Amino acid sequence: MSAVSSLRTAAAVTTAKVTAVVSRRLGFGGGTALPGLVADAVSPGLAIRLAARLGHGSVLITGTNGKTTTARLARNIAQAAGYWPVHNHSGSNLMRGITACLVEATDARGQLTQPDRRLGVFEVDEATLPEAAEALSPRVVAFTNLFRDQLDRYGEVDSVAAVWRQALATLPSSITVVLNADDPSVAGLADACRGPVLFYAVSDASCAVYEIEHAADARWCPACGREYSYSAVFYGHVGHWVCPGCGRARPAADVQAIKVEQSPDHPLRLALSTPSGEIDLSLPLIGLYNAYNALAAVGVGLALGVPADAIRTGAASFTAAFGRQERMTVRGREVQTILAKNPAGLNQVLRAISAEEGTKNLLFLLNDDIADGRDISWIWDVDFEMLAGQATLVLASGRRAADMALRLKYADIGAHPVIEEDTESALEMALALTPEGERLYVVPTYTAMLKVRKLLARWGRRPPFWEED
Amino acid sequence: MEADLRLAHLYPKLMNLYGDRGNILCLRRRCQQRGIALTVDELELGDTLDPNAYDLIFMGGAQDREQRRVAEDLLETKAEALHQAVAEGVVLLAVCGGYQLLGRYYRPAAGEELAGVGIFDAWTEHPGADVKRFIGNVVVRWQGGTLVGFENHGGRTYLEPGARPLATVISGFGNNGRDGSEGAMQGENAFGTYLHGSLLPKNPRFADHLIAQALKRRHSEVALSPLDDALEERAHAEAVGLAKKKLGFLRR
Ligand SMILES: [Zn+2]
Repeated sequence: MSAVSSLRTAAAVTTAKVTAVVSRRLGFGGGTALPGLVADAVSPGLAIRLAARLGHGSVLITGTNGKTTTARLARNIAQAAGYWPVHNHSGSNLMRGITACLVEATDARGQLTQPDRRLGVFEVDEATLPEAAEALSPRVVAFTNLFRDQLDRYGEVDSVAAVWRQALATLPSSITVVLNADDPSVAGLADACRGPVLFYAVSDASCAVYEIEHAADARWCPACGREYSYSAVFYGHVGHWVCPGCGRARPAADVQAIKVEQSPDHPLRLALSTPSGEIDLSLPLIGLYNAYNALAAVGVGLALGVPADAIRTGAASFTAAFGRQERMTVRGREVQTILAKNPAGLNQVLRAISAEEGTKNLLFLLNDDIADGRDISWIWDVDFEMLAGQATLVLASGRRAADMALRLKYADIGAHPVIEEDTESALEMALALTPEGERLYVVPTYTAMLKVRKLLARWGRRPPFWEED
Repeated sequence: MEADLRLAHLYPKLMNLYGDRGNILCLRRRCQQRGIALTVDELELGDTLDPNAYDLIFMGGAQDREQRRVAEDLLETKAEALHQAVAEGVVLLAVCGGYQLLGRYYRPAAGEELAGVGIFDAWTEHPGADVKRFIGNVVVRWQGGTLVGFENHGGRTYLEPGARPLATVISGFGNNGRDGSEGAMQGENAFGTYLHGSLLPKNPRFADHLIAQALKRRHSEVALSPLDDALEERAHAEAVGLAKKKLGFLRR
């Protein structure tokens, strides 16, 4: 590196660090994206130069749902294996968020501390994958699933798949790609991979649902146009699929969940069969979709050469990200906040909630900011009907509270929906109306979650998210 | 009221892009609450449409890839029956991609022109992949009131003299972003629109307009008992409010 460029890097790093502190002080949130933006402006290519110093390179994790949970789990597994991960744990997954987290890992002189132990573990926005793959020269790239999400922002699912294929075709053949065999759109990416591919899947068909949900997106074989047939559907279009036309089928998986156990109030228990032997995991998460996140993370670990013991240890140290699936006690009520971003994800959340015993206290928050998607029509693709008659308390909040309330009215989920647009008032009301000792489910879209967790952190006396872990 | 209505939902699997299912849920619920039995048949690729078997026909929007397959299937198995049904007064609602394919033709940004069914005397062209899509909340004026929804379309639709606009744009783009028109009406019973979101639940007046028309044709009875639409009206009013805020109306 030339002296000038080195100076520029140091200057960019310092500016970005100052910005992060100022942004936090001013209460702009975690200060996780703004410093990245500033660093980019000061020194274009900063991420490329910092990433090049990561001794063990980096892992990229992308897909519609499950990125954050998969990346956190992969980070824990890497830690247990002795790596010192650089990880965008706040979920800031555009290039500027990744840059910000690289900057945060440097010292005052702009040097990465202990570079030879460093491994980047980055969750990456679907549309950002090509840019991230080029800038960060990953060792492993993992894909979770592909569903419709914010059509006004990402475009149709076909165009997302096309962008991924292009990115994969440009990667060197030394890179391992980790793919979900049960999602036909993700499994099909194998054709575009130039190097080794590691497939993961759920083989325990006992947790299958009986019919394909309304949120399914890949119903037709891209090769011959016939509709896939399924011997088991786990969620959306994820399951044991085969094309009756051309015979394309779910590939054999390297990492398989041979047993999935879920019971109310108990963590998800998985028995995995892997090339490194059997691995049993127990995770503080609900919902079958999280079995897939665990499989993807274990796949990443195996692709990195992490031994089975370290995978067990890493997974055992896992806690859910705030707002993703966390339970906490606030004013004598157990509050479980679960993020909902799109039809497939929300269906899984609802399935998990409806599997729990008793009547439910529910608060849904629907915003339509850019980060949520301006178009809220997706709530009509969600099968809220599966909660029919189960709720004693239903509140709708957020900028599009009335739209949410109307959707809930149609689903006849029990109580008549109450509308309170303001997040704080809605949360206050929900806590007051939830009988003491009972659980309140809070289901927000992304920007609503940011507000919810700030409030709950204050009321539940828990550190704000950027100080987490 | 003892009555029944029969609805054909065209391509529910292929044409289901923007919560279009909500429109069916809405028709079903509003009928049910008035004691009208609504049966829904789902017609997919290859299924023939019996023009005499239905009172209502609905078609939603799709991704580009699916749109091409549907265009072919429409012409092969359903076009003639659709023309016959509409000529006999069957109520038709087509949203977004469905609206485009039921026009005369669709000229994409690249590739071959898609021949349409020609129910609507209208045509659509996509001005090119680099030209911005029309995306956002929409409010239009319809029959002395408003309709609200969301639009997301690259194609621009132009009406010929045989068709007339369904509504006029208050906020948003509508058919083509130029002439202030939104959607199309062919005769009194065929409706095309770019509004999704879902359209009908938040626009109960429009939903009842469709139901009443279908009932009148089949049972020559039109009195629809009023329903409790408080939530519907609130969602509608708030969607109007959001659009007006954007236009700055509230500052006056
Ligand atoms: Zn095939």
